[in-house]
Amino acid sequence: MQHIVDMTNLDKYFGDLHVLQDINLSVSPGEVVVVIGASGSGKSTLIRCVNGLEEFESGSLVVDGHELAPKGANQQNLQNIRKEVGMVFQQFNLFPHLSVKDNVMLAPMKVRGASRSEAADSAMKLLDRVGIANQADKSPKQLSGGQQQRVAIARALAMEPRLMLFDEPTSALDPEMIGEVLDVMRELAKEGMTMMVVTHEMGFAREVADRVIYIHGGRIVEEGKPADVFDHPQNERTQSFLSRVLKH
Amino acid sequence: MDSGFTFDWGAAFGSLPYLIKGIPYTLLISFGGLAIGFVIGIIFGLLSINKNRLLRWPATAYIEVFRGTPILVQVLFIFYGLPDIVGGPINALTAGIAAIALNSGAYISEVVRGGVQSIDSGQSEAGLSLGLTRNQTFWSIIWPQALRRMIPPLGNQAIVSIKDTSLFSVIGVGELVRQGQVYIATTFTAFEVYFMVALLYLAITLTLSLLLRIVERRGIAST
Repeated sequence: MQHIVDMTNLDKYFGDLHVLQDINLSVSPGEVVVVIGASGSGKSTLIRCVNGLEEFESGSLVVDGHELAPKGANQQNLQNIRKEVGMVFQQFNLFPHLSVKDNVMLAPMKVRGASRSEAADSAMKLLDRVGIANQADKSPKQLSGGQQQRVAIARALAMEPRLMLFDEPTSALDPEMIGEVLDVMRELAKEGMTMMVVTHEMGFAREVADRVIYIHGGRIVEEGKPADVFDHPQNERTQSFLSRVLKH
Repeated sequence: MDSGFTFDWGAAFGSLPYLIKGIPYTLLISFGGLAIGFVIGIIFGLLSINKNRLLRWPATAYIEVFRGTPILVQVLFIFYGLPDIVGGPINALTAGIAAIALNSGAYISEVVRGGVQSIDSGQSEAGLSLGLTRNQTFWSIIWPQALRRMIPPLGNQAIVSIKDTSLFSVIGVGELVRQGQVYIATTFTAFEVYFMVALLYLAITLTLSLLLRIVERRGIAST
């Protein structure tokens, strides 16, 4: 089966800092890959490379059959990749000048050429799916953090992506709102969405992930099934990271 | 010591019909110039934050030159200096509008730059990640938000430019101050007439302030 993401020998630098080192990673359709690691380990940078929000210096990256070239090359496939890859950000990044519904309708209309009524219909279905249909005409800032993040998920889903990237989707949320966002993500995984998730929610990772990847210092140090990584980490860095995060 | 001066209300009100004839010129130069200045400001403001140095550099040069020299010198240059090059006289009204356009354009460029740069980079990342092109992301996501933030500084610039037109009495445009000067030349009632001139400027700028405050409140209410 063809992979949705294929990263081979990928290297990325921020100036002199070698933030991603020789990354090899493939994601199969329907797979949920959770990336864990300390802050500054490069895990967010890793998934931001997948939709070209970060450029990389060398190696190869193929997303849904489209090759993304290293920095400096002509990025003619970028648009094609971004149409197929949804992203959910830590800070939601909803468009504050648009209503909740218009946030969800914007990309299908601008990118897919959907009519206003088509876009509105599917926006309402998606908002209903994430439990926000009754807030459709409100401004994003009238919503709680958890509701905003669910709108952001609906907005990404409106493009009918083949892959969803989640960059610490619950890190900016008050604790009581984390559950509602994870529920939506869990549901999405169940429906077969291919997902790459950067998170500190180890319970979610253990339950939902097909594969867990631990990154340290820009390298993939350990990867495997959640039960193996969490219960029998092989690498001592993974052991010490997990003992720190799982203790409390 | 008693100067023996008393405010002559008759002279003040007597000058009004004459002064009011200057208002259309003041408004035409101000708002004609500002409208062109806004277009210049959008173009050069956006060029000044372009990644391409060849586009950025000329824009920055224009902004620095027109912010860094007095508008009085600019209008004198256009009215008295440029005819030597273009080979014919330049109409005073045209010179006035051009001076406001070029001068406010430089300041508005900076307002545009600041407004656009104040929008969080997460906004454009969200747009790009949805598959929008850079242009679509800019015009449908960044620009509407930036424009809203630009209203207060734009209003500020409009008020400054309206007052700047008073300097154009030197090139003989029949705007407010010029009308006042001509009137004073025959009546010798400088105090009363300039007092009325000042009041008329204040009436224009206060009206504008009020309108802007309403626009701003509407803008905030709809976010």
